[in-house]
Amino acid sequence: MWSNLLSASIFYLIAIASIIFAILSVTLKNMFHSALALIVMLLGVAAVYIYLDAEFLALVQILIYVGAIMTLVIFAIMLTAEIYNKNIKRQNQQKLISLIIASSMAGFLIFVLSRFKAQGGVSFFEPLTLAMIGKELLTKYVLPFELISIILLAALVGSAAISKKE
Amino acid sequence: MIPLSHYLILSAILFSIGLYGVFTRRSAIGILLSLEIMLNAVNINFVAFAKFMAPHSLAGQIFVIFTIGVAAASTVVGLAIIVAIYHNYKTIFVDEIDVMKW
Repeated sequence: MWSNLLSASIFYLIAIASIIFAILSVTLKNMFHSALALIVMLLGVAAVYIYLDAEFLALVQILIYVGAIMTLVIFAIMLTAEIYNKNIKRQNQQKLISLIIASSMAGFLIFVLSRFKAQGGVSFFEPLTLAMIGKELLTKYVLPFELISIILLAALVGSAAISKKE
Repeated sequence: MIPLSHYLILSAILFSIGLYGVFTRRSAIGILLSLEIMLNAVNINFVAFAKFMAPHSLAGQIFVIFTIGVAAASTVVGLAIIVAIYHNYKTIFVDEIDVMKW
């Protein structure tokens, strides 16, 4: 009873923190701070994965998003943006209409989803383990698995070709 | 036990925040960051539906693994394009890069 309450309240704390840091990430003036806020939001999403019994995905999230992609993004920010110039406008003139569109979309989705009931119920039987993920990935889903490696190779070669000096 | 709709509401809020960021950011890197928020919201949806609607199936989690892979590839290519644009135009603000508009 108490442990259920505790875990639920920790979940809502994590969810609210993720939302706050996502808002910070899209509104902060300094692009570097914005990337740091996005890192906290990605960690929050990893915690949500743990609540959904997807521990492997949480690890992948931390390793790939926080470890690799955000490092790359911070490198790109250092290479391009004028971070410390306070006078540059960071947002365009469409703030009000974007706020209206985004909040009406959020309101509509919340209105629809809050009356959504799962009929499947809870899953207390056999937990899905990492070994099962590996087995499925190399038997049933082996074609998309190989395709994604080709896509990653193409992205590697393509980004090296695009960003090299003439 | 947190109900499914709360995960979905969290994901909807994160998606809308990402949408707002894509609409309002001037810097191309800011748009990429907002896109990452939207992709993460979609991933939460996948895992939540997989857990509550099909608890025996791993399809949701495996789909998220592929989504993360494709998102990583697209981010890498996008950042390479941004760096190349910066070399040529000395700006990454998307309203100043308008040579392909009329």
